[in-house]
Amino acid sequence: MELPTQTFQVTRADLVRYAGASGDFNPIHYSDRFATKVGLPGVIAHGMFTMALVGRAVTTWAGAPDAVVDYGVRFTRPVVVPDDDTGTEIVVSAVVREVTETGLTRLDITATCQGDKVLSQARATVRTAG
Amino acid sequence: MSLDQSFVGRTYPPTAPYQVGREKIREFASAIGATDPAHHDPEAARALGHPDVVAPPTFPVVLTMAASRQLIEDPALGIDYSRVVHGDQRFAYTRPVVAGDELICVNTVEDITSRGGHEFLTTRTDVTTTAGEPVVAVWSKLVVRGEA
Repeated sequence: MELPTQTFQVTRADLVRYAGASGDFNPIHYSDRFATKVGLPGVIAHGMFTMALVGRAVTTWAGAPDAVVDYGVRFTRPVVVPDDDTGTEIVVSAVVREVTETGLTRLDITATCQGDKVLSQARATVRTAG
Repeated sequence: MSLDQSFVGRTYPPTAPYQVGREKIREFASAIGATDPAHHDPEAARALGHPDVVAPPTFPVVLTMAASRQLIEDPALGIDYSRVVHGDQRFAYTRPVVAGDELICVNTVEDITSRGGHEFLTTRTDVTTTAGEPVVAVWSKLVVRGEA
């Protein structure tokens, strides 16, 4: 079963807020000068910010903020965030891989940015409401 | 410099307790746009059976990233942090983190491998309460890029 696609807009302002809230102040997430110096195309989102947004998609699908039992991803491609008002978009979709007899639902997740997959092996197990 | 293989299996001393604050959970939830009332309103969290506001699934990274300084700053392990990229991340929950938790992190080096000139360091951080109750196990794979 395919779950409804969810889209998350990401701007530079979001990265600044996430840096403050998470304590990850790596300059590749706010300084183009620094990011390009280390070989990146520009400022990129924190991998953990992308993972957090995908986590929001998972809890929305699950219908409960406390439903996540297991959640893992591999970061395959950076999410480049341009310095403008619109930023970029992360598009998240998933299929239900398995529903267990013990009330767990396993999801295979796909997250893309500008048409490219930014995560692989993205999987979550959620407790099914009931 | 390459990573010291003898560190595989090594467990570091527990970190100092981290007090999970209600405002920190609200701040983190707001930063990721998580508007569910259970992240913000203690009453809404209690209605779900939790003692206080519930942290979003990736919140533990606030603690585990700070705890990982133990490894990153260990000169004997030999991580060149300027060449580190985040490879994988996983959380396996016993229960959600809630405000009021006092949490301790124990870092273990699970695996060190080398492939294509890059090195891969897998760590597991066991997050428990100060009373020893397991809360979440967190795996992180760091890629130390080879010098091109």
